[in-house]
Amino acid sequence: MIATRPADTADALEGGFTEAPIQSARAFREILEAMARPGTIRRVQGARPPEPLSVAAGVALLVLTDPTTRLHLAGRADCAEVRDWVAFHIGAPLTRAEEADFAVGTWEALHPVSRFRIGQPDYPDRSATLIVEVDRLVNHGPALTGPGIETATWLNLPETAAFRANRALFPLGFDTLFTAGDRIAGLPRSTRVEAI
Amino acid sequence: MTEHIEAGAYTFAYLDEQTKRMIRRAILKGIAVPGYQVPFASREMPMPYGWGTGGVQVTAACLVPEDRLKVIDQGADDTTNAVSIRRFFQRTAGVATTEATTEATVIQTRHRIPETPLKAGQILVYQVPIPEPLRFLEPRETETRKMHELEEYGLMHVKLYEDIARHGQIATSYAYPVKVEGRYVMDPSPIPRFDNPKLSGNPAIQLFGAGREQRIYALPPWTEVVSLDFDDHPFQTSKAPHDCDLCGAQDSYLDEVITDDQGGRMFVCSDTDFCEGRRAKGHAGRLGGDQKSSKTFANSFEGIWPGTEGAR
Ligand SMILES: [Zn+2]
Repeated sequence: MIATRPADTADALEGGFTEAPIQSARAFREILEAMARPGTIRRVQGARPPEPLSVAAGVALLVLTDPTTRLHLAGRADCAEVRDWVAFHIGAPLTRAEEADFAVGTWEALHPVSRFRIGQPDYPDRSATLIVEVDRLVNHGPALTGPGIETATWLNLPETAAFRANRALFPLGFDTLFTAGDRIAGLPRSTRVEAI
Repeated sequence: MTEHIEAGAYTFAYLDEQTKRMIRRAILKGIAVPGYQVPFASREMPMPYGWGTGGVQVTAACLVPEDRLKVIDQGADDTTNAVSIRRFFQRTAGVATTEATTEATVIQTRHRIPETPLKAGQILVYQVPIPEPLRFLEPRETETRKMHELEEYGLMHVKLYEDIARHGQIATSYAYPVKVEGRYVMDPSPIPRFDNPKLSGNPAIQLFGAGREQRIYALPPWTEVVSLDFDDHPFQTSKAPHDCDLCGAQDSYLDEVITDDQGGRMFVCSDTDFCEGRRAKGHAGRLGGDQKSSKTFANSFEGIWPGTEGAR
């Protein structure tokens, strides 16, 4: 899908995949491993989105969003440069948090996360995926257990209460991708989180 | 099928980018809610339904150029179905292929889980004909959806218990229903129940695709998968009460193969890669290890064990 070129935004033409079928395939595989093995930190490449988006957030948007998904830009991510880049490379309609299929921004900007769609009891898949920009990703911090984790692992989550509340809604709930630079980690709703 | 070319790009693995994004989103939601069937808009594929179009679409959405793809049909790599799917991805994705379970990064399967244990980094993609385990109890989709929502799985237990009343044991031999992480009842596809224990705690990612029924579901690694049973009739696997006639394996799932028109028959591993690997290491069964290949026979006969219960 090619959106019409926005005026005065030559930069918006840059920073997409140059070889979309291959780059999106490799990136999806990393995202799949990240979501299927919560807490594992993977690397992705190929996108050069405008500030303040990280490479990994840009890659996740290019791989997963398109004109059929509603996207919420939160906080500083909701700027002209990002809007133009999304319009040109992705074509996702922008929307408010409550209606979003995908949302991107810092944890503070996404708050309160209870706004996001958690799916319906008969269609739990109709829920939001949050792309949370963080400064860094390390396997240190709250303990994660659940599907995709052999025994336990650890990840520097921005907080635990919101994810515990989200887990309590299972099988409803939102799903989360954390992004920092070119690193990405997943935290599906199924993961149990404990502060340690 | 119209080719959708994006930003001057070519297609990789047959499907256009927008279709793959839709399938990839469904796969991630399936991973997030293990055992729940995610609807997706299945595409026309250049092969008929029943040839694994759901599995093919899931595989297409997951493949990378670096993959080594293995395709098995009831355990064998060389049936018409397996060969044509393998060739399809060689042609459309340029991926390498293999028959060795240990070397494969993506394995698409119909009706079996390989005997050789899978490992992290591998993806097992199942072809699924009927994804809804409650379908034979309740034909209406709105009703089965409500049953999953409310965890109303009593009817399923009643059906299994009727088996016990009638046969003295649970007679369901294929597509034996399982419960995933204590929540969703799931159809593991028509694998023999011998394979059910391999579903649970598996280090690989397991993805299920139903093309005609337009459903994708998933088991992340290490997911707990429990076969439904009863306190007084615990779940048991079953297989033919024989060793493999070619490699002597005592613990693999066997096909009964007719060898001649005099009533001659033999039992051979359904997993041909496993059987050949054992014979290459010098193991031999009743008919020795130097027979050509179990596949050659297996292909002449839709050789699935007909469900006689020889629990062992
Ligand atoms: Zn054998």
